[in-house]
Amino acid sequence: MNVVILLLIISMLISGGFLAAFLWSVKDGQYDDEKSPAQRILFENKTTNKNNEA
Amino acid sequence: MGMESVRQAVGCFHCGSETSGQTYVLEGKSFCCNGCRTVFQILQKNDLGEYYQLNSCPGLSQRNEVRQDKYAFLDDEEIARKLVHFSDGKQAQLILYLPQIHCSSCLYILEQLNRLNEGVIASRVNFERKEVFISYNLSKTSLRKVAETLDSIGYEPHLSLNDIQKSGTAYTDKSRIYKIGIAGFCFANIMIFSFADYLAIQNTIDTKLHFVLKFLSIALSFPVLFYAATEFFTAAWKGLKNGYLNIDFPVALALSITFIRSLFEILSGTGGGYLDSMSGIVFFMLIGRWLQSRTHSAISFDRDYKSFFPIAVVKLSEGQAVPTEVSKLKEHDLIRIHSNEIIPVDAMVSKGKASIDYSFVVGESQPSAVRIGEIVYAGGRQTGGMLELVVLKEVSQSYLTNLWNQSAFNDKSSLNRTTYDLVGAYFTYAVLLIGIAAGTYWGMKGNTAYMWNAITTVLIVACPCALLLSQNYTNGNILRIFGQNRFYLRSAEIIDRIANIDHIVFDKTGTLTQSGSAQVMYFGPKMAEKDLQNIASMIKQSTHPVNKSISEFINVKDCRNIEHFVEHEGLGMEAWIDETHYKMGSPTFIGGEYQTDQSGSKVVLYKDGVITGEFVLRNKYRFGMQNLFKGLKSNFSLSLLSGDNDFEKQNITRLMGPDCEVLFQQSPQQKLDYVTALQNEHHLKVMMIGDGLNDAGALRQSEVGIAVVEDNNVFTPSSDGIIEASRLSKLASYIQFAKSGKKIIFATFWISVAYNLIGLFFAVQGILSPVIAAILMPCSSITIIFLTYGLTEWLSRKYGLREDQNVNPILSTQSITV
Repeated sequence: MNVVILLLIISMLISGGFLAAFLWSVKDGQYDDEKSPAQRILFENKTTNKNNEA
Repeated sequence: MGMESVRQAVGCFHCGSETSGQTYVLEGKSFCCNGCRTVFQILQKNDLGEYYQLNSCPGLSQRNEVRQDKYAFLDDEEIARKLVHFSDGKQAQLILYLPQIHCSSCLYILEQLNRLNEGVIASRVNFERKEVFISYNLSKTSLRKVAETLDSIGYEPHLSLNDIQKSGTAYTDKSRIYKIGIAGFCFANIMIFSFADYLAIQNTIDTKLHFVLKFLSIALSFPVLFYAATEFFTAAWKGLKNGYLNIDFPVALALSITFIRSLFEILSGTGGGYLDSMSGIVFFMLIGRWLQSRTHSAISFDRDYKSFFPIAVVKLSEGQAVPTEVSKLKEHDLIRIHSNEIIPVDAMVSKGKASIDYSFVVGESQPSAVRIGEIVYAGGRQTGGMLELVVLKEVSQSYLTNLWNQSAFNDKSSLNRTTYDLVGAYFTYAVLLIGIAAGTYWGMKGNTAYMWNAITTVLIVACPCALLLSQNYTNGNILRIFGQNRFYLRSAEIIDRIANIDHIVFDKTGTLTQSGSAQVMYFGPKMAEKDLQNIASMIKQSTHPVNKSISEFINVKDCRNIEHFVEHEGLGMEAWIDETHYKMGSPTFIGGEYQTDQSGSKVVLYKDGVITGEFVLRNKYRFGMQNLFKGLKSNFSLSLLSGDNDFEKQNITRLMGPDCEVLFQQSPQQKLDYVTALQNEHHLKVMMIGDGLNDAGALRQSEVGIAVVEDNNVFTPSSDGIIEASRLSKLASYIQFAKSGKKIIFATFWISVAYNLIGLFFAVQGILSPVIAAILMPCSSITIIFLTYGLTEWLSRKYGLREDQNVNPILSTQSITV
């Protein structure tokens, strides 16, 4: 039966990881603006744009 | 580049507006104004033509020309510091509100700002909030230049007094989403750990494993109760402190009793507990609350006077024009106001021609002319040329500010209880009574174990979670459907208030009528071509807005210069053209009218001593108002309050019918008092529908205050809801829909009571096993969710609110053609 307890711990760790990922993504603002990322991906990214990251 | 001016009617390539009269052409594309063409030119030059490929006519009209040093005040370091969020001496970051953002082209161009202004390091749009985050290099550019760059491509940043006086940015609270995540996680895991109980094999598995499973369940239930469910406890406590039971109270009671009994059962080894049901209920209720609270982030319902005032004005000191923060203006300062700017303080006109549009402050439809030496009030918009004013009162002392700060304007606390809170209270009493009755029955029999069992089971099973759930899910869906129909509510609570309305008060100017346009009619014999041309030329000389409407009405393009022209301020004008004497103006100025039986504001024509005809200006009413009144009158009493004079009385009576009270020349205070009188003396629940600051008091005093807007960029006074003007005619079906929402909530509530009765049936026999509880709980929740959704959808179709569900004006992104 010990192996079930081991599995239990592993499954809790994995699902806890997903929970943490969810909380992180909310905190990071992934759901703040649901419209623009879908549009942004369609724009042509021209090379003249040097400093696009910040 | 071939530039030429031609006359034809085509849509502007930039903004799509009809090009009447002069058209500007560039590279084979026609534009409605020079401003639009300039934007096109700038974008072409910087290789940003994709702006026009993403959407057709993505821009907004640029007819209002921008003054040279409009943004000079941003060079003032103190003002700039208040606007910028972060600055380390090299780089600065700020968020600007751009109400013009509406489509993917906007997104595209605003994120390419660094190609227009080298100093911009990065720009990122938040589409839903209509904001752009900009970081820029302080050595290469300045705040003023950034603002000018935005303005040059047609995105004028909205900078108001509010921006620099607020403390910190109010961002949406994410804690509820965290709570949903955690409750969901715990709920799912506790259910898995309880499987042995569901299958009734808990006695066949290893005791050590069983202990671990139960221990983990308890551990996971702690964050659910002490973190995720906190809002039910705090809300219940708040209600108790104010001396009443709200709907959260029985929920909080049931949650805590479920938790205590489960702990007791598990620790004493007498049963499996109901931790899974408890976390599930918390999870579903939180989702419901979240759905209900998802209002419209791009719309602000709490604008106060500060949002309407500019940050800075031009102050004249010793002949120098200095941009100065509005809040720093002192008495006797001399300020300069340009055309189309809002006057931020009460002041006296010292130079220039003042034609002040007070439509927003007092609701008069025509701008009023103010002579030198007379007083202008804060909140008016100058429509003539440039003005110089002497400040009489500081911004915090002005008439408008005082109106806003009046205590009567701020009291809505007595309305905070909804119908469901009342039901919740009765429910609590009933459940407590049943529980105590059952408890005493078993207590009398001397069976204490059964006594506690009965009391707790009744409380757990009879939790009105279902009522809360159906309320939240129904209201959430109603809010969404209203939003798709361009009717935006501040919160779900308003739906309940709308359903209880018995009287509706309308404002006239800007609410029933279209602001800024008048219906012009001409009475008199047909004029000769030459007379018409002369009159048109005469009108061209005048700046009075009434004449602008007439000028559009007669639509003569070839005007000539007139030398002998006199304008009589506020009365009319006269001119001598080719030995003919023309006069036009108010009936008192001319000394007579052409026809006396016409109502409306009149401009009488007079030629060589004879009255030849007259123009009658009437308010242009919005489409469908007559049907709206007809539809509303069967269920509600109506009245109309107008700040305007009574020349529209006949039209109003025809529109509304004779049995409605109609009052004219009402001050903002009188409007407020009228609503208060309806509430106190006639005990009516009042809905106020208005648009301007003049209605702000009445909007707040009424149970439901709805502001009418022409388009989404217009700022509305603080209100409970905002309706787009074109949808006002549908108000009757909106109210019907809100009312049926209430019926849906109660209907689904009775269904859940049926579920509860099944639960009680098992509970009283002492055989409510965990598996039955675990099946009943999600079943009742899911049934409720599906029923509320299905019923609201069905009713929205029935009331015709589903005709254009794909158009959401705030968030609409036109289809992309790449």
